[in-house]
Amino acid sequence: MYEELLLTILLTSVPLILAATGELVAERSGVLNLGVEGMMLMGAVAAFGAASLSGNVYLGILGGGLSGMLVAGIFGFFVLGLATNQVATGLALTIFGTGLSGLIGAPLVGKAIDGLPALVIPGLSELPLVGVLFQLDLLAYLSVLIVVLTSWFLMRTRGGLILRSVGINHDSAHALGYPVLWVRLGAVLFGGFMAGLAGAYLPLVLTPHWAEQMTAGRGWIALALVVFASWRPWRVVIGAVLFGGVTIMQLAGQAKGWTIPSQFLSMMPYIATIIVLVAISSRGRIQFGAPAHLGKSFHATR
Amino acid sequence: MGNAKLIIAALVVLIAAAVFYMIGQPPQEKETADSGALKVGFVYLTNPGDHGWTYAHEVGRQQLQDHFGDKIETSYVENVPEGPDAARVIRDLVAQGNKIIFTTSFGYMDPTLQVAGEYPDVYFDHITGYKRSANMATGNIRFYEGRYVQGVVAGLTTKSNQIGYLGAFPIPEVIQGINSFARGLRSVNPDASIKVVWVNSWYDPVKEADAAKVLIAEGADVLAQHTDSPAMLQTAEKAGVKGFGQSSDMHEFAPNAQLFSSVNNWGPYYIDQVQKVLDGSWTTGDGPDHWAGNTWKGIGDDFLVLTEFKNMPADVAAKAAAARDGIANGSLNIFEGPMQDNEGNEVLKAGQVMDDGGLWAMNYYVAGVEGKIPN
Repeated sequence: MYEELLLTILLTSVPLILAATGELVAERSGVLNLGVEGMMLMGAVAAFGAASLSGNVYLGILGGGLSGMLVAGIFGFFVLGLATNQVATGLALTIFGTGLSGLIGAPLVGKAIDGLPALVIPGLSELPLVGVLFQLDLLAYLSVLIVVLTSWFLMRTRGGLILRSVGINHDSAHALGYPVLWVRLGAVLFGGFMAGLAGAYLPLVLTPHWAEQMTAGRGWIALALVVFASWRPWRVVIGAVLFGGVTIMQLAGQAKGWTIPSQFLSMMPYIATIIVLVAISSRGRIQFGAPAHLGKSFHATR
Repeated sequence: MGNAKLIIAALVVLIAAAVFYMIGQPPQEKETADSGALKVGFVYLTNPGDHGWTYAHEVGRQQLQDHFGDKIETSYVENVPEGPDAARVIRDLVAQGNKIIFTTSFGYMDPTLQVAGEYPDVYFDHITGYKRSANMATGNIRFYEGRYVQGVVAGLTTKSNQIGYLGAFPIPEVIQGINSFARGLRSVNPDASIKVVWVNSWYDPVKEADAAKVLIAEGADVLAQHTDSPAMLQTAEKAGVKGFGQSSDMHEFAPNAQLFSSVNNWGPYYIDQVQKVLDGSWTTGDGPDHWAGNTWKGIGDDFLVLTEFKNMPADVAAKAAAARDGIANGSLNIFEGPMQDNEGNEVLKAGQVMDDGGLWAMNYYVAGVEGKIPN
């Protein structure tokens, strides 16, 4: 009972962790990509297509990530190459991804696949209470590893420092000789790959079929999580599990006959985001952690 | 400057590509000015590949076309959002010469009524609505009838006596379904009860799967749904429990879990209505009887078709078939007294049968359903 609910919460959180971590890196470099939803859908349709045509779910994972990266490349071309408005281009990417994934996915509707198998770790999975942590699938384990590596890269390496400096002040970074646009392109492509993986998690693990708009707004929640996490990778995990937890407890509460209105529980994650924003921003901009040049186009000055 | 030129160039290329793509599409409309065939238009909510609601309408349209052959010409517009934009699409269909237009989702009700007022010589048929006018009729399926049979099968299948039920929104159509299911369930198994979880969405596969997992964790071993995706059945398949499909046959998603599915069969309605237009006997509810012009039929008229009973013992399948046939020939009344709500209040006295008005006014759960309807 307890284990089943905890497992459901963890699995619901995985796509949020993946997408939010990718977006976090892009935003740290100063690029606001509102196209997460579109990239997730492209990842989902490519992952399902690759998995059902080849019969290999691992190819599905790869296909999902690469497809997300490909559409992120289109976004990068406009935003970085042509210095278009990031908000407008990101929204266009979501609309584009929603439509294109529906078009590509039309022949895949009504097909089913065997999803990604759970990798149960012997011994550890039999521990009381925490055993479910070791009954997840490859992508779920990978998501934790990616958060560890992302955190280490951003905070502990020279590359991470350069990436952050580009996000904080692209003119200074440019003056110091760093290739602002190439750094940002790399961050955007990483964000796209991660959003693609997040999308892939839906048809490969959670609901092994393809349907139009199956992400149902999870890309937007990932965007909110980045703010909730105040641009720190570990807080993304906390936020995602919290969000997953409230979602599942809202459903479980109904089944258990709790008298709290389900609408109230549904809005809890959003209220939590606002509270965190208020709490953090009241302590000043530096603590808040928003990259100073987030969402600003870079024009190289000679 | 260079950037601006590039953007313009890119936009031109994109627009050109889009135009060429659209030109390349096979035209859905053929010119039939000379053939004299009756033109019939359809407005769809999603694309017919959704494997659910719109797919069922597309199957109905094809049956209609096959039935009348050269005498009629059908066409459809897909992915039409509910709301004001629908009126534009419906007007377009009128301008293309369609003489009868079916609008196939509840949210097209007001736009259809509006356009019907503008074109009194065109017939309009709105699906699942309640507003009618001089040239606008309504059609609906008694979806709840299939859910009674689901309840019978669930009551005979469950070991835990706990049924899980996913609801989209607490509206009368969904409440009818839950109550009908409960009547079937309690008719064969007085100890079984239904837990309802509202997902507050018609379509959110991940949330539907999550709700199914929660219900299974709560001990449910048979699941039913009034949401649109196959996610619940896939979850049931994985967990080794049973469930029922929605709108179309979903056994490919859950070969071992799907007991049966209630399939919406719109073909007979479309054929009836178009026949009436051809005969000149088409009628509406523009008169003293509010229900005239409304067609609401179920299993007995093949508006609702139950797929093969699978994954259950022969005696259960036989009882399911008996319930289905009883509903079809009218010998079994689903809402016939004595009937109590789930707080013990009497709703129907012994022998009393609920009328259609009572069905649409349901704002209570009958005995067998746990909890309360959210406000």
